[in-house]
Amino acid sequence: MSLTLFLVQTLNGLQFGILLFLIAAGLTLVFGVMDFINLAHGVQYMVGAYLAAWFTALTGDFFLGLLLALPTALLFGLLLEWLVFRHLYGRDHLDQVLATFGVILFLNEAVKVAWGSSPLSVPIPDAFSGSVRMMDGLLYPVWRLVVIGSGFAIAIGLALLVSRTRLGMLVRAGAVNAPMVSALGVDIGRLFMIVFGFGAMLAGFAGAMVAPILSVEPGMGDNILILAFVVIVIGGIGSIRGAFAAALLVGLVDTLGRSFGPQMLRLMLDPSAASQTGRALAPMLIYILMAAVLIVRPAGLFPAQR
Amino acid sequence: MKNAKSGAGIAGGAIAALAFAAALAAPAAAQEKLKIGVILTLSGPAANLGEQARDAINLAVKNLGGKVGGVDTEVVTVDDELKPDVSVTKVKALLERDKVDFVIGPIFSNVLQAIHKPVTDSSAILISPNAGPSSYAGKMCSPNFFVTSYQNDQVHAILGKYAQDKGYKRVYLMTPNYQAGKDSMAGFKSQYKGEVVEESYVPLNTMDFSAELAKIAAAKPDAVFTFMPGGPGVNLVKQYRQAGLQNIPFLSAFTVDESTLPAQQDAAVGMYGGANWAPNFDNALSKKFVADFEAATGKVPGTYAIQAYDAISLIDSAVKATGGKVSDKKAIEAAMKKADFKSLRGSFAFNNNNYPIQDLYLVQVAKRPDGKFQTEIREKIFTADKDPYAKDCAMK
Repeated sequence: MSLTLFLVQTLNGLQFGILLFLIAAGLTLVFGVMDFINLAHGVQYMVGAYLAAWFTALTGDFFLGLLLALPTALLFGLLLEWLVFRHLYGRDHLDQVLATFGVILFLNEAVKVAWGSSPLSVPIPDAFSGSVRMMDGLLYPVWRLVVIGSGFAIAIGLALLVSRTRLGMLVRAGAVNAPMVSALGVDIGRLFMIVFGFGAMLAGFAGAMVAPILSVEPGMGDNILILAFVVIVIGGIGSIRGAFAAALLVGLVDTLGRSFGPQMLRLMLDPSAASQTGRALAPMLIYILMAAVLIVRPAGLFPAQR
Repeated sequence: MKNAKSGAGIAGGAIAALAFAAALAAPAAAQEKLKIGVILTLSGPAANLGEQARDAINLAVKNLGGKVGGVDTEVVTVDDELKPDVSVTKVKALLERDKVDFVIGPIFSNVLQAIHKPVTDSSAILISPNAGPSSYAGKMCSPNFFVTSYQNDQVHAILGKYAQDKGYKRVYLMTPNYQAGKDSMAGFKSQYKGEVVEESYVPLNTMDFSAELAKIAAAKPDAVFTFMPGGPGVNLVKQYRQAGLQNIPFLSAFTVDESTLPAQQDAAVGMYGGANWAPNFDNALSKKFVADFEAATGKVPGTYAIQAYDAISLIDSAVKATGGKVSDKKAIEAAMKKADFKSLRGSFAFNNNNYPIQDLYLVQVAKRPDGKFQTEIREKIFTADKDPYAKDCAMK
């Protein structure tokens, strides 16, 4: 394996990690602050992608589409909160899982009714449609770099928001002891609503940003949701910093493991056995990572302080 | 979107049709009536495949004036949801409650595995308009099971043969990590004797192929062969183009076709696939069908559509040959085996195992003058091709 291939794969892993972070950030806040398991978070990612695709088609400009999609995703998240989730905060986790799973089924079919079952595609915006030559014969779309850059910007913005602002302080306080925050005169219901809407918007943003590189289709959020849960468990539930570190870790381990795992095994085993073992092992890697982290740090890498 | 309502429409329609059929299961009229049950995947991400088949069946029945084989025909359509367990319940309802004479379906092999036994054990005749697994082509072939599509291996073999004939020395294989993916590589390698640079198995439902594409670029193969149906295929094709790999020929099975092209668009132009037909097929009947289908649905038909259309034509020919005696299943089966109908793909015959003997082509994606995308036939790879399992079938 050459060094350039390794660097390219690292970049790919980084981009995957950033995408996971954008989804996991909202999930970890909702789970950590509100103690609410929201399986429908992946669907909000899908809705963000559909809204971006739809508004882009309507306006003919991706950024205008994105600008319209974000507040719509926010409103949509708030609507869901008001209609469904608000009534589940006091219930136990099983009820929440059942109800939010129902929301997944409902919305997956709803986008089909609204936009059809065929995948939609969104063109890469002209300004970023170029690509960089990374290695011989391989171009790296600039848009992927934009995704990485915007992900880092959001990570920094979120970190500042949570550690430096009054709202962030309330969120942190809510994660530690929600009844006490409420007793001190903070409208905890409104705080929850803000956190929830914000999480939905972040997931929607992730969906919108990947729409030009992935196809937009019903059920696109279902697989990534499982990975997002792995990320927040590794990172420590409720911790933005943990979600960031864990997302990058998962992205890198998954990508590099799948690319170089079989080659590493080939050093020890004969080629066909290596390919067989590598094929079986690669999808397990992140779960092995999760188990390992939990053995050493049962509350995750950066648990929210209690 | 124009087709948006169809998704809800089918589900609602299917339920309504079922309820209606049940309510009207009153004594049949004096004349025999033909009942055709249709079971297809009409919900979920793969619904557009089932919709192509369903629309073609409706068109075929309409073209026959609602009388398949000259007999009043009722079509009952249900959705298998791409769930084998659900499909068994649905198909039993078709057989026992609706008492259908024929079942047309399904799209996917795993659903076929589930419904094959219930239908072939009954008196009804099962026609698969798409799924063609090896399991029912050999020892377990059955006199009341017909396939109007292909045996799955044949499609992968088209690309293997092409790669071999073209003299590609090093080919990179990539498929999803499940049984069909492994079968696909085996089918390709049955015809291709050159060096396989890498057999890359990616997780089922992979959406981002950037890591794979970097590996392909590093391996510098003469060609890439892949089997990546549905949404992952759409992503692969777009990302392949974005990564600037289009100089490496892209050979594929079930990856670029009329069900995925509306999403892949320009990114897929020039990519190769294997098929038994393409919308530019030079045949008056086929041309009329393409025009009618587009007028009715606004979509370009793919092989899913013509195989389903042929299934109705097949029933039509057999029922006519027996003089409309729908209840004489033995006579109908014998008449069907003759394949005495005008197939949209020209030459068509049944092998001893009731799988087709047909010509198979290399197809390539092209953009039409009207801006829509379709596959076009480039080269005939196999003539009157038979599947390799037929010899194990005891039927004559």
